[in-house]
Parts: sequence; structure tokens; C-alpha cells
Amino acid sequence: MTSAALRSRAWKLLEMVTTPLLPSDYLDLVSPLRAGADLRGRIEAVHPETGDAATIVIRPGRGWRGHTAGQYVRIGVDVDGVRLWRAYSLTSPTNRQDGRVTITVKAIPDGKVSNHLVRRAKPGTLIQLDQATGDFVLPQAKPAKVLYLTAGSGITPVMGMLRDTEFDDVVMVHCAPQPQDVIFRNELHDLVAAKKLRLTEVHTDTDGMLDIARLDELVPDWAERETWACGPAGLLDAAEEHWTEHGVRERLHTERFRPSIVVAGDGGEVTFSATGKTVDADGATPLLDVGEEAGVLMPSGCRMGICFGCITPLKAGAVRDLRTGEITEAEPGVLIQTCVSAAAGPCDIER
Amino acid sequence: MTAIDPTAHLTAEQIEELGRELDAIRDEVIASRGEKDAAYIRKVISAQRKLELVSRGVLLFSIFPPAWLIGTAGLSVAKIMDNMEIGHNVLHGQWDWMRDPKIHSTTWEWDHVSPSEQWKHSHNELHHTYTNVIGKDNDLGYGIMRVDEDQKWHPFHLGQPLWNFINACFFEYGIAAYDLELGKNLRKRRRNNPEFRARAKAVGRKIRKQVLKDYVIHPLLSGPSFLTTLAATFTANLVRNIWSHSVIMCGHFPEGVQVFERRSIKGETRGQWYLRQMMGSANISGSRAMHFMTGNLSHQIEHHLFPDLPSNRYAEVAVKVRALFEKYELEYVTGPLPKQVFSAWRKVFRLSLPNKKPKVKTPDREQELVAA
Ligand code: FES
Repeated sequence: MTSAALRSRAWKLLEMVTTPLLPSDYLDLVSPLRAGADLRGRIEAVHPETGDAATIVIRPGRGWRGHTAGQYVRIGVDVDGVRLWRAYSLTSPTNRQDGRVTITVKAIPDGKVSNHLVRRAKPGTLIQLDQATGDFVLPQAKPAKVLYLTAGSGITPVMGMLRDTEFDDVVMVHCAPQPQDVIFRNELHDLVAAKKLRLTEVHTDTDGMLDIARLDELVPDWAERETWACGPAGLLDAAEEHWTEHGVRERLHTERFRPSIVVAGDGGEVTFSATGKTVDADGATPLLDVGEEAGVLMPSGCRMGICFGCITPLKAGAVRDLRTGEITEAEPGVLIQTCVSAAAGPCDIER
Repeated sequence: MTAIDPTAHLTAEQIEELGRELDAIRDEVIASRGEKDAAYIRKVISAQRKLELVSRGVLLFSIFPPAWLIGTAGLSVAKIMDNMEIGHNVLHGQWDWMRDPKIHSTTWEWDHVSPSEQWKHSHNELHHTYTNVIGKDNDLGYGIMRVDEDQKWHPFHLGQPLWNFINACFFEYGIAAYDLELGKNLRKRRRNNPEFRARAKAVGRKIRKQVLKDYVIHPLLSGPSFLTTLAATFTANLVRNIWSHSVIMCGHFPEGVQVFERRSIKGETRGQWYLRQMMGSANISGSRAMHFMTGNLSHQIEHHLFPDLPSNRYAEVAVKVRALFEKYELEYVTGPLPKQVFSAWRKVFRLSLPNKKPKVKTPDREQELVAA
């Protein structure tokens, strides 16, 4: 018998020993970051960067496959006992000696996860991880001239690149309301002092929003540069337009942090994505009834919110709990009880 | 059915007001649910796993009597924790709000021969929706016993103390059979129903795994302690079964608990539904350890009112619920475990014999509604 077959036999036997649990349920108790476990990480330190941003140092589990500079990672954090998933750019260089990775998070107003990470996260906490992904990365062949165009927390993926790969000629234009809001400011200025970077800070509180036409004056040779831009949608839209107008669109790489904007309304268009049906629903009819009326096969039980026989993934949009009025927004892994939930704006139910 | 309806003094408005007050209690807990609660269930789950691991480890040497004793006691407690405070409550969706796929009603499997999926249907759906409604809630006597004067007596019921005792010893199998509605489904016409066969197969698979683990694999791993480990696991299962059977009997069978007629729940309002849960359930009083070991089903009344609230919150909810019972002059049936178990057993004995039909019936809610 090959060793792989032997191992799988041994594992089967182990499963018989631990049924109905899995051996991993017990192993997780002692070694949650081991190879073969679901990918997790442990927060090891939280370093404040600015008044509302912090860098989180994470030791990823053994299954972590590493990342490329500029990529982001999805993390699952328990906030007030509820697991919430968000994506953050990796800001650590790819060759960090201790194997840790960092993300840098800016607390946005009302942001549940970002505020939690910046202000309340404690070293020692386990979080859930996905593998790094994203194609906002540097190319294999080094470009001769580089421009980084960033605003606010849009600097985070670029910082990952800056720390990872040195170029001969790098210019950065970064926008933030005030000097003290510039994340990584000291490090950036160190790079400038070491002549590794030319930096223009645009302080929007005093200078106003960056007018993309000003690039001609700030970086006269911008059109010759391979450019990576990350920031709010307005800036990126303007940049894409500008680069296209000058016929150099292929030199521009952008990354959008897409905030999922959910309009919580009263009723809305409900899509049952598995069945491909779309119907209008009011804000008072349980989605279970809406689905059944539309001829969708909906699981159900008590029809009054107590048996959990009707829970179904909410893929997009928002629903309102008819008992408490509470709004639930779609996120990966969110299940709703269709018998006590009504559409709060357009939503997508996986049935 | 008792001769006098203990809720007769309440007007329809009062009942709806009661419903609103209960909703408010529920909302308060939901609004304050958070990190502490999540930490609680995680701690319980990890403690249960460690206890089971250590106990099974000790049982490897069960040939030595002290090891047998410690291991068996530990395993019994671990199995009770798995079924009561963890399994029953997770499967109720009490912890679904945490969005942790590992502690979720859709993924949880427990140390029990009835697969989670089937148990959720018969328990969460049928029993909790139709609590104590004769003919709809099969938990009332599990289809083998007569638990109310109004139920028709049959000579078969003479043996019900014995059936109940056997059921207690092999409770998990009783539940599995009951979830399958074995009695009804074994009748010729239904036996070949593909849906029933699929479910029976699932139960068979679960039983095979459970039996293999408890009575073959672990004893084999114990080598020379084979027989003693076998005896230990058997004992632990027996202890767990009798314990959970006793706790569950206390929930709906003691004297003072009401049962309802099928037609009485037609067109039931939210307030009336709440009221039925209040009158159809009974609590067990005792220490925190007692509440924990019963999976907080000692707060059966609160659990039936709010089956999806996290179990660790029932104790605080109970204070408010009890105040409502007093306010509305209703009887809050509770007592220490021995008293409640005795009361339930006495009923089992009493109703094994035929009785005269009570003369006065529960007033028909439907008529009452029309009148109101
Ligand atoms: S059908 Fe029972 S909770 Fe929705």
C-alpha cells in the first residue's frame, strides 16, 4: 500500500473514532493554524498608523500560500459575536522573514469591521482567512518608470508594492485630507530621503480635490509611466477617462474598493437566482410566500420563525425581519429565515 | 384536558397584550446578544470536547476500576452536554446569528442515533409549532403512551409504565424511531414510500456509525480493556438516555400542564400561541449546574416561548416571564427535578388505566373569538 493510501485509511479510522465530529474538530482545539486545517490566522499585534488607521499583524495558518504585492485577502472577523467578512489589501512585503502578513485598515464611519479592527482587535484573536487574490499586481518584467496614484486607504495595496519591489524611477501622488491622515507617512518620507521615491502629497482639505489635469504639472511624464491607481471611485473614473483620452489606457491599472451599497427600502424586486425568477414584493409579505406564489420550491416548516426549516442564503440586497424590523444585508454565508423576512429593497434569494 | 380552563379569566385583548409583552422580552435579548454569548457557547463546546477526549482516554485503561468509574462518569457528562446544552440548542438555530458555519443548525451533527436533519423536522417544526396539541404533537407520549384523560384508552396502555421505562433506557433509539414515524410508516402501504426509505436509510447509517464507534472501535482501541470499555460506553449511553428522558418528561408531562384539542388552535393568534406554550410547558427549579446539565430545558417554559434565543439567556428571561405569569394570574408549573419526574411518572401510571371522560371541556377558542 502506498503511504498516501495508508494515510487515508488511518484518517478513515480516525473519523470512525470521532464520529459524528471530525478529527479536525478536536485538532482545532489545540492547533487551529496547523497544515490541513481550515485557513485561519492569529492577530499578533495592532499598530496604530494614523488617528483612524491601524496595521494588523497576522500570523497565517500553515495552509497560507503567500501573496503577490498588491493583492488583497478576505478575512472573517467576529464582531459582537457575529462573523463578518471583509477584504483588505496586504501591506507587508512578500518576503517577510517571520512569515507574518499585515493588512492596514482605515476605520470608516459606521464600518463595523474596520472600527473593530482599528480600535478593539486584540492580539491573540483568531480570524478566518481566504487565500490572497486580486490582479492589481506588478508585472513580471520591471517597467522603467512607475507612477502610483492613490487616495486615502487606496495607498494600502500600493504600500505592499512599494515595500516589495524597488524601481529606479518611482513617483507617487497621494491624496489625503490633511498631513496627519497620510497612512505610512513616516515610511514614505524615509523613502523620499533615501531617494527611492518622489512623492507629492495632495492635502484635499486645503488644496481641494485633485484635478486630474494637474498631473501634467505634478508628474510631467505621467503618460510614459506604468501607473497603478487606487482610491475612491471619483478619482479612478477621472483617471480612466484621462488615460483613455491620451491613448495610454493600457498603462493604467486600477483597483476599486467597491463598497456594497445596499438601499434598505420597503419591498423591492426579488430574484430567486437558482430558479431564475424575478418578482416584485412588498415590504410586508414574507419572502417564503413571495417565492411560493412565484412557483419557487421553498423549504419551510413552522412558518412562524421558530423551526429554522426555511433558512436560505441571501446572495444580494437586504431583507427586513418582520418581527423586529431588523435589516440583514447580504454577505457571504448569510442565511435568512424566509418565513419572517420581507424584501427591504431589491434582493437575491438562492432558490 | 382539565375540567376547568385555567385561562378562562383572560379576555382576547389581554391575551394579545400578553403577546406583545413577551415580544418585548424577546426583542431585548436579541438586541443585547453579542460577544459574551458567543464566547459562552464556544467555551461549552470546547469543554465538552476536552471532557470527552479525556474520558475516552481514561477508558483505555478501564480494566482498572477507578479508571472505569472516572471515565464512565466523564463520558456520561460529555454525552449529556453534547445532546442537551449544545446539540439541542444549536439545532434550534439558537446560535445561527453568529454566522459561524461550525456552530450552525444547518451543519451540526450530534452524538445521537437520530440524524440532526430528521430531528429538526419532528422537534423544531412539529413539536414546537403544535406543542401539546393532541393528535398533532407526537411528543405527547411519543405515539406510544396515553398522557391525557381525553385520549382514548386501549388495553395496550396497561403496559405503558413499562414502555416508558424501556423508552427511557433506549431514548435515542426511541427518538429516531419516532422521527421516522415508524409505527405509521411500517404499515404496508407506506413501507415502500421512497421518501420514507431514504430517511430510514439515513437513520440506519447514523446508527451504524454510532454503534461502531461506541461498541467496536473504542473498545478495540482499549485492547485488554475491551469488555470494560464496552460496558463503560453502554453505561454512559444509558445514563445519558435516562437523564434526557427524565428532563424531557418534566417539560410537558407533570401535573398542571395543559393539553389542547386540535380544533382549539385553528386561527390561533400570536398571543394565543404564546399562551398555549405557557400552559403546555413546565420548568425544573434548581442550581445553575442543574440548568446547565438539562441544557437549560429546565427553563422549558421560556424555551417554548422563545425556542431560538440562546440558552444561556433563559435564566434572565425566566424572571420576566414569571412576572407575567403572576400578572395574568396563570400557573407557572415548576419544581425540583425529583418532584417533577415523580409527577410525570405518576401520570403515566394513572393513565395506563381507563378513566371516565371529563364532563366539562376546554371552551372552544374559535367560538370565543367569534363572540369577542
Ligand atoms: S418556516 Fe420555521 S422558521 Fe421559517
